[in-house]
Formats: sequence, C-alpha cells, structure tokens
Amino acid sequence: MLKKSNLILVTLGITLFTFLPNCKKGAATATLASDAASRVYVAPGEKDEVYAFLSGGFSGQMSVYGIPSARLFKIIPVFSVFPENGYGFDEETKDMLKTTHGYVPWDDSHHVEASMTDGKQDGRWMFLNANNTPRLARIDLKSFETKEILEIPNTSGNHASPFATENTEYLMAATRFSVPVPQASVPIDSFSKGGFKGTVTMVKVDKNTGRLSVELQVLVPGFNYDLSHCGKKKSHDWCFFSSYNSEQAHKMLEVGASKKDKDFILAFNWVRAKECKDQGKAYNFGGDYVNNFKEENKPAVSTRLSGVKMLNPKDCPGMMYYMPTPKSPHGTDVDSTGEYIVGGGKLASVIPVHSFSKMMEVKDKKEHHSTEIEGIPVLKYESTLAGEVKKPCLGPLHTEFDGQGYAYTSCFVSSEVVKWKLGTWEVVQHLPAYYSVGHLSIVGGSSTEPYGKYLIAMNKITKDRYLPVGMELPQSAQLYDISSGKAELLSDFPTVGEPHYSQMIPAKLIMDKTAKLFPLEENKHPYATKSENDARIVKLGNTTHIYMTAIRSHFKPDIIEARTGETLYFHVTNLEQDYDIPHGFAIGGAPNMTNLLIMPGETRTFKWVAPKPGIYPFYCTDFCSALHQEMQQYIRVSP
Amino acid sequence: MKDLLFTTISKKNRLLILGVGVFLVLVYFIPIWSISISAPQYPEGLGMHIWINQITGATPYDLKNINLLNHYIGMQEIISESIPELLFMPYVLAYLIFGALVTELYPKVGMAALGIINLVIVGIVGLFDFWRWEYNYGHNLNPDAPIIIEGMAYQPPLLGCKVMLNITACSYPSYGGMILGLSLVVLVYILWDENRRKKSNVV
Repeated sequence: MLKKSNLILVTLGITLFTFLPNCKKGAATATLASDAASRVYVAPGEKDEVYAFLSGGFSGQMSVYGIPSARLFKIIPVFSVFPENGYGFDEETKDMLKTTHGYVPWDDSHHVEASMTDGKQDGRWMFLNANNTPRLARIDLKSFETKEILEIPNTSGNHASPFATENTEYLMAATRFSVPVPQASVPIDSFSKGGFKGTVTMVKVDKNTGRLSVELQVLVPGFNYDLSHCGKKKSHDWCFFSSYNSEQAHKMLEVGASKKDKDFILAFNWVRAKECKDQGKAYNFGGDYVNNFKEENKPAVSTRLSGVKMLNPKDCPGMMYYMPTPKSPHGTDVDSTGEYIVGGGKLASVIPVHSFSKMMEVKDKKEHHSTEIEGIPVLKYESTLAGEVKKPCLGPLHTEFDGQGYAYTSCFVSSEVVKWKLGTWEVVQHLPAYYSVGHLSIVGGSSTEPYGKYLIAMNKITKDRYLPVGMELPQSAQLYDISSGKAELLSDFPTVGEPHYSQMIPAKLIMDKTAKLFPLEENKHPYATKSENDARIVKLGNTTHIYMTAIRSHFKPDIIEARTGETLYFHVTNLEQDYDIPHGFAIGGAPNMTNLLIMPGETRTFKWVAPKPGIYPFYCTDFCSALHQEMQQYIRVSP
Repeated sequence: MKDLLFTTISKKNRLLILGVGVFLVLVYFIPIWSISISAPQYPEGLGMHIWINQITGATPYDLKNINLLNHYIGMQEIISESIPELLFMPYVLAYLIFGALVTELYPKVGMAALGIINLVIVGIVGLFDFWRWEYNYGHNLNPDAPIIIEGMAYQPPLLGCKVMLNITACSYPSYGGMILGLSLVVLVYILWDENRRKKSNVV
C-alpha cells in the first residue's frame, strides 16, 4: 500500500525534519535495554504469552507468531493458494477462492480483526479483508483454518475492512477505489463530476455460528474510504471511516488528492442504518457476489448470491456525518473508553483527536454544520475537536491504545512511534522504528480492555537491519515492551509477506481451546473411509473414486490400476487420532495439483487425470514415523 | 480359634463390612490398574486403564496410539475382546460383594476371615494372570515386525517403572485396585479387632 512509491514523501520528510525542531529524531532516544534478550527469550518447552496474528499484505495470507519470542508458528492460507497443504487446490478448498470474477487465488490482505464479546477479545474468530477482489474471510481459532469467505458486491478495493462493532454484531467494509455503482463504462473524468461512488457495507456475523451475510449497503460520495474503527461503550452505535481524495481527483492523485487542507472522517451510526432498513427506507439494489463456506471436515460449498438492500444517506437522517480531518487521513482509531477518535493524517503536522461527546452534542445543530455533501452534514472541525497533538512526527498514520491513558501513533515518514497522553495531547516519548512503519498493534489494543504490555510496529522497508538478501529486503516488525513508563525496543523480527496489521491476543484465551484432531466418528465427509476394511476402489465409467486410508505407515489400497485419460479422485482419510500426525499425499509429476496435508481424522481429495502409460508413485509427504519413507505405493497407468 | 471364627461381629465392624461391600460396587465404575508410558516424543504421555471388564486408553485415543506404536515392534494389538479374563472378572467381584452382604445376615468373624482368603486368592491369581498377560504381549512378537532388536522383549513391569528403548512404562494400581487393597486391610483390621475384643472379654 504505502511502499516504495512513497520515496517522494520520504525525501520531503527529511527536508521537513530540519524545520521541525520539536520533532526529535526517534533514533536519538533509542534505548535498547541490556536485558532485552532475556525478555524475549522463551526457554525450550516454555510457551509464549501472546498470539500475534499478522495479515500477510500482498501474500494474501495470515501468519501466527508467538510474542515475545517472535517465533513464527504457522501460516494460515486465506486468500492465496498454499502448495504446502493443498489449500485452494484440492476438491475441499478450491471453492473457497471462487468469486464472481472466477477463481482468484491471491489477494492483498490488509486488516485483521478479532471477534469480540462486550468489547473484549473472545478468541473465537479472526477476520481478514481482501482488498483487490473485495472479500472478507472468517478464520476459526479452534482449528486455525479459513472457514468462510464472503465477497462484497458494489465496491472496489475493500480496504476499510473488516472492522467489528463492539459485540461483533457487524463487520464494516468500505470502498477504497470509488467506481460507478453499479459498474458501467463511463469516461473516467466523470469521477470529478460525482459519477463515481463508494459504499459502506454492513456484514452481519451470526453470533453462534459466525456465518457472514450482507445486511445492508449505504451509497456514499465517491471518495477513497481508507480505514475504519468502530466505537465502544458510549460510542457503541458508531463506526468511523477515514477518507481521502475528497477532491475527487481522477489522475495524478499524488497531487490532485492532496490539495485540500482537510478530508474527512465519516461517522456512521450503524444502529440507525439498521433502523432505517427495518423502516423500509432501503431499496433493492443489484450486485452479484459469492459466499464460500467450509464446514469442518467437509468440502467447501460456494453459493452465488444476488442483490442487496441499499440505503441513501439523505433517506436516513442522523445516520452519517463528516468530520473534517487534516490532511489526507489514513488511520481512524477509537480509544478504549470510546470517547476519542484519533485521525492519522498522512500529510498532517498534527494528530487531530475528535471527541465523541462533542460530536453528539453538535451533530444536529445547524450552526455547527459547514455544508452538506450528498445528504451527509459536514460538521465544523473545531466543533468536534477534543485536541491536537502538535508536531508529533512526520506522517502520522495509525494509533493504538494501552489502556493506561496513553496512545501510540506510528509515523511513516519519520520512521518512529510516538507515545502521547490522551487528554493533555503531550508527546512523552519518541521510539525509533526501522524503516518506515505502517500499522501498530498492542495486545488487545482495539478492545475496551487492552492487555497492553507489548506493542509491535509493522514496517514496510528494512534497510540495514538484516543481512541483505537481494533487492527485496526482509519484511519486518519490531517488538516493544510498553509495560513500564518508558517503552523499550525488545527485538526485530522478519515476517512473511508484508506484515500489514495485526491483532494480538493473550495466549490463555486460545491455547486450551484449539482442536487437536478431527474425531473420526464425527467425520461426515461424503467420501470418508473410517476403517481400513472400508478402503475400496469404485469405478464409474471413466471416473474412479478411490476411498483411501492413511495410517502409520501405509496407504490402503496400495496398488491402483488406471487407464490413460481416466479421472481419479483419491479421497484420502487420515485414520490417525493422535495430535500432530498428519499424513501427506502427493503423486509423482501430478500437474495442477500440489500436495495434501491431511490432519488426523480428516478427509481430503486429490484429483488426478491419468497421464501417459507408465508407473507413477504416490507417497506420504509429511514425515510421519520411522517408516515414513516406506509410506509409498504405485499407480499403474495402461493405454 | 474356633471360638473366634464363630464369634458374632460387633455392630461397628458390621458397618465396616457393609462399607466394604458398598465400596466394592464402585470398582465396576473405575479402573483397577493403570499403565502409563512416556517418552520425549510423547510429552503428554500415553495411558491405558484396566477395568474389571475392559481395557481403555487414558484419553479416547490413547489405546489406538499405543497399538500404533506397538505395531512397529510386532506386539499384538491390545483389545478388550481378546482378553477372556475380562468376561468373568465382573462375576468374581459380584461374588465378593455378595460375600459382604451374606456377612451382614450371618455376621460371624469366620465370614470376615473367608473374605480375606477370597481377596488374597483373587489378588494372587489376578496379579499372576496380569504378569502372564504382560509376558505374552511382551514376548510373542510378530517375526515380520518392522523393528526387531535381538534379545529385546517389551514386557511392561508388574508394579513400578521400567525403561524400554526410550519409553518409560509405569504400572500401578488405580483407584479400583486401591479399593480392593483397602477392603483387605479393613477385613484384617476387623479380624484383629474381634480377636482383641474377645481376649479382653475373657480377661
């Protein structure tokens, strides 16, 4: 998102540096505690205190780290295929990547959100957005697997997503790249004439099953909606979206979208929106989208859906307000009390903080309105302002809260994290970050009860920090201890893909709830084989179904006969019922299909079209036992 | 001696015998013996419980996993159905409980002594049978087993711990076994108490 294209900004920043004496260079205050190593050291057999879930940026995945050790535990494939375990390739998971655009096996995953109950993390699900082909995923924290993907219709660039309301009633999603809604081929300069639109989507989360559905869309002016965070406690009913390019420039946005002194934070009352929908003020609107759902140990089911309820802001007064925010705001973050809405203006020299109470007080008083845009009142900047953090740094982006009354803001241009106090708006500490920092994450930082203690800064470029490995340097994050008065850098750690945003959860919320295996007796996969005695080969014309079992250290059946051109489905059930005994399955030279990792008690299907005559081995790819190498057999293909 | 055996048991001791009878009923619902194995690759350990009528794993999957491990060294699969003792053991226990009830109706010290004899016989025969069972499993190995180590047998210990390859196997009575042992102790106490009471009466 904000990567190397921002070299101009960096240069600008360096120039500005010399003119901002109050903006101390972060590195000057760097204090690397001598005992930092022992504070991140987790002895063999000991466990980390915190799970960190990092979105993979342009890798389309999510990775799981232990904090404070920063050890990588797992990569969970979400929007990208994953040859390591066959995600997106096998018959069970390939439908997870279906969209109205066809099979899209990659995406750009920016924001992770944790499910919450009463504003506190509940350790049930993680949600992840797909920016490129607008989608939203639910990852189950029992199995650490992607369970559902919902496409968002009538939008383009699903960036301000998926931000949850206090009780995970809804996830919000908003348009980054405004486009004609519905899509149409129009002259691109009609953008400047209001021909392009954005939408704000409310995605309902079923509170028991987690199932996702589009509840309502709101048609909003064609700005770029960038980020969102929802309110808490007193601001429970509201979500806040930052926007840029309120200029509606359509070319050379670098200049065109940076003209105005202020863009907006859109305050959206989702409770009011639902009310208006229930009063019949929303109208039927088109839009095709796909919902992919994978029930535990069953093939994914992809459903094509059509049509949404659409609401215009002018038909639902009191639902939306614009709060002017300097300058090209990126982050919009709500503190744990629900009172302060902090804007991060990429180009701003202050960090503006809006007061929710003030907003409530003035929102419907005409004298506090400066204008109205397409039915959305624009409040006066000073009317909602709680305060400004003056000259905090260069390029403030994202803010997280520690629950002790302090806020931490990342600064992209000056490569640092600034710690400041809510209420007094005073900067109390500059923390260096290497190199250009994007999002921050504090354990529980976006909930009503931050656990605090650790903060990670996720960086975009990592010059000079590690051994060079070619032109694309390691993606990286930094871990800080924020438990005492003075935050300290503890470690650097390289990450997978672009570590874009993260949610960190205390380990004790999750570790005892994770599944160890799929109980065989509960396996309801239509092609499951629950005992070796049931292993068999069923020929149906030119298609063969092989009901295969895998157990240490053999497959059954172990000799397969096929004819060239025949389609073979290997439905492999792992009969093990022991923690961490997956079996792999691969066939020599199989095109279009990689490998399967089949968990204990799980059934997965490897599709293979018999190639030219010959003998083809198949084998277990996951070292399962002393006789793992012997877990290999043959398929004979005859003409 | 003869006098002692025909002495009527005191009220207190009758209650104790009733207690033994009731407690023995619990043995139907809890394991008698447990074998646990641990190894570096099994940090959580694996366990096997021997009940009056079945063999189970300590978790729903342990027995399956013990058998999976054992198959490498050619050990027979351990399944309840292949152990005939488990078919009649419930009746032996029923006989012991029945004995306690009969003693309530015919409360003579001799009945308690008979109970002791019964328990000792059950104990000795049971332990011998258990040892024989372990011996057979540990020594009758499949000659086609993938792993054969010359001179190696895999007989688990009767009581206590033993290291086999990198696996430590421990064998101890479980709650059911402890109840059986405690029943014996109570009966011996009753015998001793009645003897003491009789002597003090004579004097």
